[in-house]
Amino acid sequence: MIKTAPGSVVFQNVSKTFGAFTAIPDLSLTIEPGTLVTLLGPSGCGKTTTLRMLAGLEHPTGGRILIGGKDVTMLPANERDVSMVFQSYALFPHMTSLQNVAYGLESSGIKNREARERAEEALKLVGLAGMGHRLPAELSGGQQQRVAVARALVLEPQVLLLDEPLSNLDARLRRRVRTEIRELQQRLGFTAVYVTHDQDEALAVSDQIIVMQGGRIAQKGSPRELYERPASAFIADFMGEANVLDCTIVAIENDSTVVDINGVSHRVPTVAERTGPAQIAVRPSAIRLEPSANATGFSGRIVHSAYLGDHVEYEVETGGSNLFVVGPVVENPLPPSSAVSIHLSSQGIALIGA
Amino acid sequence: MTNSIRRLDYVLLAGFVALVCLPWYRLEAGFFSLGWLSGFPLDQTSAPAVVEIGLHAKWWLTPLIVTFGVATAARLIRQPERRGAVLAACGAFGLIFLAVQGLAITFNGWTWAWTEALFGPLSAGQSSMGAGATLTAILFVLLFSFGLADRGVMRGDAFVVSAISLLIFLVVIFVFYPVISMLVAAFQAVDGSFDPDGFIRNIQDPSIWSLDCVIGGNRCGVAWRTFFLAIMTATGATAIGLCFALVATRTRFPFKPLLRILTILPIITPPFVVGLALTLLFGRSGVVTEALSWLFGIEPGRWLYGLTGIWIAQVLSFTPISFLVLIGVVEGVSPSMEEASLTLRANRLRTFWKVSLPLMKPGLANAFLIGFIESMADFGNPMVLGGSHGVLSTEIFFAVVGSQNDPSRAAVLAIILLFFTMSAFLAQRLWLSGKSYATVTGKGDSGAHISLPRPLSVGVHAVVLPWIAFTIIVYGMIFFGGFVKTWGLDNSLTLQHYIKAFSIGWRESGSIAWTGVAWNSFWTTMEISLISAPLTAIVGLLTAYLIVRQKFVGRGLFEFALMMSFAIPGTVIGISYIMAFNLPPIEMTGTALILVACFVFRNMPVGVRGGVAAMSQLDKSLDEASLTLGANSFRTIRKVTLPLLRPAITAALVYSFVRAITSISAVIFLVSAQYNMSTAFIVGLVENGEYGVAIAYSSALIVVMTVIISGFQLLVGQRRLRRENRVNIPGRAAAAPAAVIKEKAA
Repeated sequence: MIKTAPGSVVFQNVSKTFGAFTAIPDLSLTIEPGTLVTLLGPSGCGKTTTLRMLAGLEHPTGGRILIGGKDVTMLPANERDVSMVFQSYALFPHMTSLQNVAYGLESSGIKNREARERAEEALKLVGLAGMGHRLPAELSGGQQQRVAVARALVLEPQVLLLDEPLSNLDARLRRRVRTEIRELQQRLGFTAVYVTHDQDEALAVSDQIIVMQGGRIAQKGSPRELYERPASAFIADFMGEANVLDCTIVAIENDSTVVDINGVSHRVPTVAERTGPAQIAVRPSAIRLEPSANATGFSGRIVHSAYLGDHVEYEVETGGSNLFVVGPVVENPLPPSSAVSIHLSSQGIALIGA
Repeated sequence: MTNSIRRLDYVLLAGFVALVCLPWYRLEAGFFSLGWLSGFPLDQTSAPAVVEIGLHAKWWLTPLIVTFGVATAARLIRQPERRGAVLAACGAFGLIFLAVQGLAITFNGWTWAWTEALFGPLSAGQSSMGAGATLTAILFVLLFSFGLADRGVMRGDAFVVSAISLLIFLVVIFVFYPVISMLVAAFQAVDGSFDPDGFIRNIQDPSIWSLDCVIGGNRCGVAWRTFFLAIMTATGATAIGLCFALVATRTRFPFKPLLRILTILPIITPPFVVGLALTLLFGRSGVVTEALSWLFGIEPGRWLYGLTGIWIAQVLSFTPISFLVLIGVVEGVSPSMEEASLTLRANRLRTFWKVSLPLMKPGLANAFLIGFIESMADFGNPMVLGGSHGVLSTEIFFAVVGSQNDPSRAAVLAIILLFFTMSAFLAQRLWLSGKSYATVTGKGDSGAHISLPRPLSVGVHAVVLPWIAFTIIVYGMIFFGGFVKTWGLDNSLTLQHYIKAFSIGWRESGSIAWTGVAWNSFWTTMEISLISAPLTAIVGLLTAYLIVRQKFVGRGLFEFALMMSFAIPGTVIGISYIMAFNLPPIEMTGTALILVACFVFRNMPVGVRGGVAAMSQLDKSLDEASLTLGANSFRTIRKVTLPLLRPAITAALVYSFVRAITSISAVIFLVSAQYNMSTAFIVGLVENGEYGVAIAYSSALIVVMTVIISGFQLLVGQRRLRRENRVNIPGRAAAAPAAVIKEKAA
């Protein structure tokens, strides 16, 4: 059975520039041993650069990187105790899957027979027992992906790095494989750093999520914290779509806050720090639309609606900006240009920066 | 113990060997004869560096030992960055000092007067560098590289840093040092002192620069004649090459495979062979000349021996090269451009003139410049056909080997030749780069090329068909000519030329006696080519790997400098090699080593190009995956990159092997009695008027190379067969790895 000794990861004031372009201005972060941490962000936010610096494929321009308490800043990739699952898998096309998995073991000087045995064990671990003789071209996408994971895991690294490992799989397979990866990580207890731009994936697998923007950490926290207490409008929108509305905090109570949105008062289950103008993130499904006849909420007008099988999407014009609303399928969807009143439910609403 | 300390230990250990256990200076009998062991280590000629310093007053070698001492002390520095700084400084200083002392002190003491004035006269000089000095130089390069790697250069990858440093070191020694030596030689008198008279006299020589032919009357200078010839050849080869390319891609010409064969010809034909065949056709006793004389009473003339003959031979020789370049250009014009033009009411002729041809212009300019450089550098054809009306490359040759023996003149002529080819090369690289309209993208460009308009098609065929016939006749002459007794005088068939060249007898002892005159040079050629081919492939592919896969400061310059060596004409390389490697500090003339070095650095750019093309198709994450799996970059190359590059390796091997066999221009300067190459031997035969044997030998060489190339292609073909076979094994979905790689790269 493969046992990994989890290691911590520490970045101390790491910076990275490519020529005149600064990818990472100043990054400090700590990853606890045995946790799965996701680096999340739009493309170009520096998450892949961060991962590659951790792998030793790029060297930082400044700062220090520690893995398991040891300074590895200048150590080349092949001398670091980390291994990586690549976005393209990067399986060697001229080697069988067994040879691929055994490759790293042989590189570290383990004898042929032992390397083979351990590689077979690793293939069994990812559910590919008996497939060792196949070339990568003879495996399905999901199987290739699992060979890539086995190849990285068999080295029992302190930290496993995953660079968008699911992006080459179709949607259904993606869901299954991400569950498998998470299950494997929890069973074996290794530290994992996972890069993705898909917030669903991040929410599903992570202990901690680090959202990055422009080479900086925008927010760090558990999936629940990020979703429910976004630090900025950017995060609120990035972690699942959100309508960002201006509001005024009227009163702060023991376990909730009362806000005023377009003249309608509403209770949010978080505690704000001070009263005054603020912003609030409202998930599309947290908005309920009703015909304006029975108006108690603030009012708007349907611009556009689209029927999507299990739900209906609306675009609603209000005084300020347009709202994106997901509603249940009803017998008679609201027709365009009809006036509606807008109600907020208590779930799916978060004060930004609270 | 870390990797970094371990590799340092190896270098220090090797340094001990270099200074204490190996003869420092060059041995006349050669290092591998091992005769030096008897007098070792005290004998002055074969003593190691420490003994030379202690017993033979070579005090100037002391700093080298001190440098190694400092490097050994640096081993104790714990912090890699500081240790790296010391090591890099040691390596750089050692290398520079080694070079300076080698250049400053030769056989008779100080080279330069001012050093003698500064340090006082020496009691003894020194000879050329030998095994110990060579190893020491390499070790200094490694020390320097390891130092930089310790400081985190190239992500701390010692293999990559060492590879880059060693390549630069080798290119400096074998390309730049000779060329610079040649430039220096142009300003030196025979005794080595500074003397610009020779340069001034030669550079103003009317026989080089005269423009008499323009103002009427006499012949122009050799520089202008070579220049005009190159322009004419480039024009002719480009025009005919374009016709061939159009026929191959835009017509329904039924014999297109024949055109493909035509492209292989210049690779396997020794360069002077076309000239030889032309003499058999149009020479004073050639078939055509005699027929014309007999039919119409036209007096046999000597018109072939001069620029006209050279021009015909060169156009014949270089048309296939231009065809090869232009076929990509013609195919690269996007069909949708032409289709767009057609839908805009332009007919096919207008489309061709207004759209297709303008889009091909940069490609045509490129083919022209390549033809220009090839013509300038050509040595074989002018040698055979030029007679006394030589071009620059042959003039250089006669300036050193002939009765005039004027190295300064040879150097000046070589500088002029180098100036012409370098200008063309720079124009090609700087002016044309980025001007190509050829749109070869990964995306499918649907639509087919329109066929040529009828009048153009007729015209193009009218050029191509006779030219093919001409080429076939010329090559037919080569094979037929070897069986004719004395061309023109006695046309009876005979095997005597082949017997003279390739006869085999039996010694009394029962072993084979290679009695033919050609065997000696033939085996030498095979041996040298077999040694240099793998070296060329290694150096070329390693360079390609560094250029494609590693980012480092000056990568563009690095690539440019390497490619530049391709634009240095062989004659210039030849003359610069004998000027650089005939005297201390590096002495190699007359050895097999100088031939091997010449081939490796002349043919390497082709390996680089092939390797760059092949490697760009391999997904970079394969390398990175290997690195993160704990393999160092050397293991990555061996286990991942090389197996995936097998076709490119095969191509590089075959090409460099064949080029080594057919090359003449540089080789003719470097051969010796002991190491004579086939081509140089054949040119010697031609000079002696032994055309029959020369042609028999040439055709034998062509046959050998055809066999070798087909053999390699059969091997590559078999690999594909095996893959196809695998499809039939049930349960194995097979796909060509190359396709997979491309997919992943996309």
